[in-house]
Parts: sequence; structure tokens; C-alpha cells
Amino acid sequence: MSTPFYVSPQQAMADRAEYARKGIARGRSLVVLQYADGIVFVGENPSRALHKFSEIYDRIGFAAAGKYNEYENLRIGGVRYADLRGYTYDRDDVTARGLANVYAQTLGTIFSSAGEKPYEVELVVAEVGATAAGDQIYRLPHDGSIVDEHGSVAVGGNAEQISTFLDQRHQDGMTLAEALKLAVQALSSQANGADKAIPAERLEVAVLDRTRAQQRKFKRIRGRQLARLLEADVPAAAQADAVSNDEAPEDEAE
Amino acid sequence: MDFLGAHSPEMLPGNRRLPDGVIEAPHGTTIVAATFPGGVVLAGDRRATMGHMIAQRDIEKVFPADEYSAVGIAGTAGLAVEMVKLFQLELEHFEKVEGATLSLEGKANRLSTMIRSNLGMAMQGLAVVPLFAGYDEAKEKGRIFSYDVTGGRSEEHGFAATGSGSIFARGSMKKLYRDDLTEQQATTLVVQALYDAADDDSATGGPDLYRRIFPIVTVITDEGFRRLSEAESSELARAITERRMEQPDGPRAALL
Repeated sequence: MSTPFYVSPQQAMADRAEYARKGIARGRSLVVLQYADGIVFVGENPSRALHKFSEIYDRIGFAAAGKYNEYENLRIGGVRYADLRGYTYDRDDVTARGLANVYAQTLGTIFSSAGEKPYEVELVVAEVGATAAGDQIYRLPHDGSIVDEHGSVAVGGNAEQISTFLDQRHQDGMTLAEALKLAVQALSSQANGADKAIPAERLEVAVLDRTRAQQRKFKRIRGRQLARLLEADVPAAAQADAVSNDEAPEDEAE
Repeated sequence: MDFLGAHSPEMLPGNRRLPDGVIEAPHGTTIVAATFPGGVVLAGDRRATMGHMIAQRDIEKVFPADEYSAVGIAGTAGLAVEMVKLFQLELEHFEKVEGATLSLEGKANRLSTMIRSNLGMAMQGLAVVPLFAGYDEAKEKGRIFSYDVTGGRSEEHGFAATGSGSIFARGSMKKLYRDDLTEQQATTLVVQALYDAADDDSATGGPDLYRRIFPIVTVITDEGFRRLSEAESSELARAITERRMEQPDGPRAALL
């Protein structure tokens, strides 16, 4: 039996981190932004069936970049965690902070256990509050750390460049149409300056809308409603109203 | 559900050891439902009884199961409410994990299994017999499913009732139901039926004008589940009680 080569722990961790980062960078980026009435998720996704964003619980949404099977696994785990919590205690006892902690534990354990390959995913867990001050956004990188974010966050391929772009332009109290436009601009901007706008049919958009009458605040925006929001001239308070009035028919498309 | 079974089996109704002897617990009484073109209404009275005592005057026995369906419960209130909670959880969980809602048949079948798992309790007098109503998006109409204690499921056409006052409510609806009712007329019909049930069954509560406790009336259409506001249901109850001051037995059907 041959003796294995000695690899220092630092080197081993650095290799694993690099492996995970490369995997995540291959995927398309997505952004999560706060706007006046909630939180909007925007990403480029040619598939209509394989979602990057999904509902976890009443006020909690989930976004993921990286490998589909790995984050789908984490998403279902999160839904189970939330539903079990809510059933055992009360719907109000399910919080994004609790969920983010569970994800951090899971990702951290997988990252540092030598037997498994690290997950190539980066997650965002967001919870919409009763007011903008109550909104919470957590970013969870592949290694199990948690970053508490405010305003805007980007994950995936060009995350750094996109989040710099967003940080400079994002303001509190933007309307949904404004936030959506900004997000699309950010996602479309390329490192080499050759911007190409992403067409509406390749966009996946979802919101956690605090003004929604139902208990469950998560809602996908697509089709005509999305096109209307993208076309809207930016100072468009009326458009935000149009969204809440129209939500019933669009909502059932799933 | 499977996850709950594997991780906290004691939280599922079917896995409990049965207590010996007979215990008294609050029982819910009458639930009625009727379809109309474009949807279905489901309503329940507000009384819970324990033997001959009124245990609660303002219990709520009609719950939304999800956006397009609702359950009304008769039988042991504590167990029934838990069953509905678990049922709601399952529908929501399925929807989130699969990204699609269950079909109305699927929901009805699931509820049937849950009632069957309660059979042991039912043998000891703690039965749960719900009425399930929903809007079938595929068939574009309202549908009603009734159950027996063993979980036997049957689809009802037109109208249905469950609980101790159901005999009287069904008789009332039999004479008043037509298949071209409007939503407004259908809600009136079910409150009339509840009134008749309360009239002849001591365990069913009628509208309580003094305490402002009115039947819970819910409507499910292609726009989803809607519960009538207190103003709407009090108006409905007031109109019916006013008419009954002149005609205590309610509207009369034609003889031939």
C-alpha cells in the first residue's frame, strides 16, 4: 500500500473552494433587490420548468445559482424544514434567519467533510417584512458562511461586477418597474462592454409582495404582466397598482 | 407527510395509541354545501356541543384547504381541526415541492385516506366526517365530496350536508335547490338550510342576532376561495330571519 501524499489543510480547503467557485461561475447570475413593496428576484433562465427562484414559506423566498440538482435538493429540504416548523408551532415561527442557519450548517458540513465533493451552489434566502425595514436578505456562499445583505445582492457567474453595478444605482423605495429595469440592466451588462439586453422570454422573475392579500406573498411574474412592467416608463406608480390588480389570472398559470 | 412520518411519527393522527374508555369532547354539527353554475358554496353553523351542553357558540368549522377548495368539518372538533391543518399542510407542501397543484380528485382522495386513518378513534365515538368542496379547474365547475367514517368517498351532485343536523338541512335543500342558482341565491339557500337544521336539531346553532354570531359562508369560484365578510353574512341572516317572522317554516315549494 502506498502512502498518500501529504496535502496541507489550507491547500485542501483552497482547492475545494476553487472547485465550488468555478462550478458556480459557470451558471448564469441572478439578482435579488428590495423595492418599495417587497423583494424582487430576477435572473436569466431559458427554462420555464426548472426554476431558480421558488417559494419556501409565506414570506420566504429562495434563489439559487449553480448546479441544479444540488440546489433543488436544498430547496426541498428547506420547504420540508419550513412546513414542519409551521405545522409544529405556528406559521409566524418560520423565519428566514432560522432557514438560513439550517442551510449554512448543511453547506458548511458538506464543504468541510473530506468524503463529499463541495456543493457548487450559492443561495439567497429572503424574507419580506411588514415594512421595508423588516426585509431580510441572506446570501449563502458554497462554504456555509452567511452574509446579511441589504438593498441588492447578486450571485452566480459575474456576481462581483453585477453587485458593484447594483450598489451604485440601487435606491430604497424604488417601484417594481424601476427595480426590474435596473436588474435587467445589471444582468445584461458584460465585462467587455458589449451589452446585450435579455429578452423577456428568457427572464425568470418572481416577487415577495408585502401588499398581496394572501398569506403567501410569493408570486411569479411572467407573460404579459412581465412585458408590461418592462415596457413601463420608469416613473410609473400606476404600474405597481396594475400588478396587484392583475395578479389573480396570471397566478394560476403554474 | 412521509417526512413527518419518518421524523415525528407521534404527530400524525394514525400513529397514536388509543385511550381506553369513552371521553367527552366538543363535537361540531352541521355543514352544508351546494353547487351553482360557476362554483360551489360551503357553509357551517357555529355551535359545538358536548353531550347536551353547548360547548362553544362561535366555533369555526369551515376552512380553506387551498386556493380552490375548502373543508367543512362535523364530528370531534379537536381531531377534525388537526386533520384539516394536516390536510392544508399537505396540499401546500405538494404544491411547493412539485410546482403544481394536486387535482381536485387527488385532494379528495387524500382526505379520504386521512379519515380512514382515524377509524380507531371513530370506533370510540371520536369520529370526524368532513365535507369537501372545491372548484375543479380542469372541468371548470364546482364539485362536492362527502365522506363516511370509514373514509368512503362519494361525489355529490347539487347539494350535500353532513353532521347531526344534516337530515333536516338536506330536506330543506331538496325542496329549494335548483341547478340554475346564482351565487347570491346559493348562499341564501345554504343559510336557509342551516336555519332549518337549527330549527329541528338541538345541536345545531342558528344565527345569533344578539351576539352577532352568524353562519360561516364560503364561496369557491374560478377566482378562488372567498369567505363572506361578517357584514355580508349578517345581512343574509337578517334577511332570512325577517322573512321567517312572517313565515316561520321558511319558503314553501310548489306542491306539484
